[in-house]
Amino acid sequence: MAAQNIADVKGRTEELASVVSAARRKDYIFAIIGVLVLIISMGMLVALLYDLFVDGIPRLSWDFLTSFPSRRPANAGILSAWVGTSLVMLVTACLAIPVGVMAGLYLEEYAPKNWLTDIIEINVSNLAGVPSIIYGLLALGLFVYILGLGRTVLVAGMVLALLILPVVIVATREAVRSIPVALKEGAYGIGADKWQTMWHYIIPAARPGILTGAIVGLSRAIGETAPVITIGALTFIAFLPPAPVQGTPPFVNFDWLSAPFTVMPIQMFNWISRPQEAFHVNAAATGVILLAMSLMMNAIAIWIRYRLRRAHKS
Amino acid sequence: MSVLLFLAAALSVVVTTSIVYILVSESWSFFATIPLWTFLTDTQWTPVFAEPRYGILPLLTATLWSAGIALVIAIPLGTILAVYLSEYARPAVRETIKPMLELLVAVPTVVYGYFALLFLTPLFKQFVPGLAGFNLLVPGIVLGIMTLPYIVSISEDAMRAVPGALREGAYALGMTRFQTAMRVIIPGAFSGITAAYVLGMSRAVGETMILAIAAGQNPNLTSDPREGAATITAYIVQMSMGDLPHGSLAYQTIFAAGLTLFVMTLVFNIIGFFLRRRFREVY
Amino acid sequence: MTDIAATASEFAAPEEAATVSAHTADASISIPHALRAEVRNLSFWYKEFQALKGIQLPIADRKVTALIGASGCGKSTLLRCFNRMHDLYAGNRYDGEIVLKPEGENIVSRSVDPILVRMRVGMVFQKPNPFPKSIYENVAAGLRIRGINKRSALDERVEQVLRQAALWNEVKDRLDSSAYDLSGGQQQRLCIARTLAPEPELILLDEPTSALDPIATAVIEELVDELRKNVTIIIVTHSMQQAARISDYCAFMHLGQLIEFGETEQMFTNPGNVKTQDYITGRFG
Repeated sequence: MAAQNIADVKGRTEELASVVSAARRKDYIFAIIGVLVLIISMGMLVALLYDLFVDGIPRLSWDFLTSFPSRRPANAGILSAWVGTSLVMLVTACLAIPVGVMAGLYLEEYAPKNWLTDIIEINVSNLAGVPSIIYGLLALGLFVYILGLGRTVLVAGMVLALLILPVVIVATREAVRSIPVALKEGAYGIGADKWQTMWHYIIPAARPGILTGAIVGLSRAIGETAPVITIGALTFIAFLPPAPVQGTPPFVNFDWLSAPFTVMPIQMFNWISRPQEAFHVNAAATGVILLAMSLMMNAIAIWIRYRLRRAHKS
Repeated sequence: MSVLLFLAAALSVVVTTSIVYILVSESWSFFATIPLWTFLTDTQWTPVFAEPRYGILPLLTATLWSAGIALVIAIPLGTILAVYLSEYARPAVRETIKPMLELLVAVPTVVYGYFALLFLTPLFKQFVPGLAGFNLLVPGIVLGIMTLPYIVSISEDAMRAVPGALREGAYALGMTRFQTAMRVIIPGAFSGITAAYVLGMSRAVGETMILAIAAGQNPNLTSDPREGAATITAYIVQMSMGDLPHGSLAYQTIFAAGLTLFVMTLVFNIIGFFLRRRFREVY
Repeated sequence: MTDIAATASEFAAPEEAATVSAHTADASISIPHALRAEVRNLSFWYKEFQALKGIQLPIADRKVTALIGASGCGKSTLLRCFNRMHDLYAGNRYDGEIVLKPEGENIVSRSVDPILVRMRVGMVFQKPNPFPKSIYENVAAGLRIRGINKRSALDERVEQVLRQAALWNEVKDRLDSSAYDLSGGQQQRLCIARTLAPEPELILLDEPTSALDPIATAVIEELVDELRKNVTIIIVTHSMQQAARISDYCAFMHLGQLIEFGETEQMFTNPGNVKTQDYITGRFG
C-alpha cells in the first residue's frame, strides 16, 4: 500500500489536491448561496416592514388612537379596536397562563409514566398544529351557541387562551426541566414537601422561562384574526365596552366580559378589504401598531431568554 | 393540588375532543342533506346561490395550490438556510439570525396579507402577464415566506442534533462542510427535516388571513395560479363575516369545510409527530 | 462548525522549529527503521493553554506506534495534530512541524490545506461513528469524495477493505442494510474499513477499543496486528496491556511533554525514566 517513492507520493498528493480544490470550490459556492438566501429572507422582512411603515406611519396621530371607526377614512380611528384587543388579551392572559403553567408542571413533575400521560403529551403537541380557524369553529359551536355565551369579549379571550395554551405548556415544561436537580434535592433535603418545593423553589426558578413563553403566546394571540372573526366579532363598532373599573362600590365591573367588541387585526382586515386607498392607509397604520406591539413583546421575550442563558452560563 | 394540576393538563384532551365533537356533529347534519360523495366530487361550491352546489373541490384545490406554491418557496430556501446556520455560520452569526427568524414568525398574518395584496401583487403584475388582482400566486409566495422560519427552525434543530462525532468522522475522511452536510448531516437528520416539511405543509394549509385577503373569496376550480380562488379557510372567514343563521345548511357548510381542513392537518401533524419522534430515537 | 482555515495567528519559521527543544535531550530520536513521519519540536495551544510542549517523535513506516500516558497528558491532542482536527475549532494554534516522509511536507503548516492532510491521514475514533447510511456506502464514502464513483471500482475496493477489516463474512449478505444494525465491535471495524478504503498514508486510532467489550477488543487488536504489515499506525490507548500487545514503538507522555520513547519491548521491560516506570507499573494514571 505504502508508496515510498517520493515521485509517487508527490503525484498522488497532487491528484488529491485537485480533488480537494474542486470540493472546496463547491463548498464556497454553497456558502455564497447560503448568505444570499439569508439576505433574501431578511430582505423580505425588511421590505415588509418598510412598506408597512412608509404607508402607515404618517397616518399615526393622537386622533387616530382616540377615534371610533368611520365611513370617512380621514376621521376613522382605532379606539374601539385597541380597547377591544386590550380587554381580550386580559382575559386570555388570566386564563392561559395559570392553566398552562399548571398543565406544564403536571406533565413535567407529577405525571406518572402511563398511557394517559402519553395521550396528553401527544395531544398537546397535536393541538399546537391545529389551524387557528378550527379553534374559531370550536368557539362558535361550543361557546357561542351550546354554552350561549354570545359573541363577546369573554369568548374571544377564551378561544385565544386555548390557542396559546400549548405554547405556555411547552415553555413551562422547558423552564422546569432546565432547573438543576440539585435545587430540587436541596429543597426536599430541608424537609419541604412536593407542593412547597413547587411553590417556593421550582416556580420562582422557572419564572423567566415561563414568562418568556407567556409573552410569546400573547404576542401570537394579539395578531390572531381568523378565530375571532369566526366567532363573529363586529367589524364596525362605535362604542366602548363598559369600563372594568368604576368610581362606585364594588369598584370593579364585569359587564365588559359580555360586551360585543372588535380587535385590531379585524379592524385592519376590514380596512384592507375596502376599495378606497385612504382606508388602506388606515390599515397600514393599524398594522404598524400591531406589528410594533407584537415585535416588542417578542423582543422582550428574546431578551429575557438571552439574560437567562447568560445567567446559566455564569 | 395534584388533582387540579391534572385537570389543567387534561383540559387539552377536552379541547381536542370538543373540536372533534363540534366539527363532526355539525357536519353530520350537513351530510344528512348533502351526500358525502357529492361533497367530494361536485366541481362547484355555491352554497348561497339560488341553486346551491356543495362540491369542496374548488376550495380544496385552491388550498393545495397556495400551500404547494408556499412549499416550493419555503422548502429549498429553508433547507439551504438551515444547512447554512447549522454547518457554516459561526456561533455568533447563528445566535443573531435565529432570533430574527423568530421575529418573522411573530409578524401577524393579517400584516402578511396586507403585504401580499397591496405591495407584492402590484409589483408582480408588472412582470407576470395576466395576473389578477386577487390570485393564488402572490399569497402562495407570501405564505412561503411565513412558513420559512418554521421550516428552518425545525430542520436546523434536527441537524444540530446529529452527534458531533459523526461530523468529526466526516471531516476526518477529508470532507468539506458541504460534503459533510450533504452526505452525513442531511441523511442523519432526514426524518427531522421531513417532519419540518410536513409540519410546514400543515401550517400552510391551515393559514387563513393571507389567503382571505389576497386570494379572493370566489370559489374557483382552477389550474391557473394567476387567478384568484377561495381556499377552505377563506370561505369560512367569508361566511363568518356575513349573517349566518344558526342551524341553517349554510351554517353547517363552514363546519363541513372545517372538518375537511382538520382531517388534512391532522394527518400531516401525525406524520410529522412520528417522524420527529423516530428521529429522536436514532441518537 | 467554525471555519476550517487555520486559525493560528503566528507560525514558527522552519529554522526556529529545527532548534533543539528544551524538554527533550535529543532533538531527533533515531530508530533503526525507515520513517513514515516525524514530529519536530511540536507545540500546541488551546487558546492560552499550552497542551503540547516541544514534542519530538519519529513514526516508523509500517509499524504501530502507541501514545500512552495519564488522562490529560496530551496524547489525544498530539494524535489530532496529525490530521489537523484542531482546525475545526477556533482559537487553536500549532507551532513546530509534523513532516510526512518521504517527501517531507510539514502538514501543520498554515499553507497546507487541512482537508488535503485529512485525505492523506485517516482516523478512527473512540466511539464507533458510522454514518447514517448503508454498510456499503459507509465504506465507499471516502472513495466517493475522492472522485471514485464507478460501481465496479467501488465494489471491488469495498470488498477488499471489508475483508481486510475482518468484516466481510459477517456483512457480505447485507451490504445495503443500515450501519446501525451492526454491533458496536462490528461498527468499529466498519469505521476502520471506511478509513482504510482511500489508502491513507497514516492511520490514527484514538482509543479505538475504549467503548467495546473484551471480545470485540480482541478482534480489533488482531486486526491491527494484521494491518501493520501494510499500514503505518499511531494508536492512543489507555491500556498498558494493549500498548504492550500491539505496538512496536511506544511514546510515554506526561503533562504535554514526551517523557520517553522507545521500542515497546524495551520500554516495558526496562523503562529509562522513573515516571514511565511508575506509570506502566500502575503507580499513577
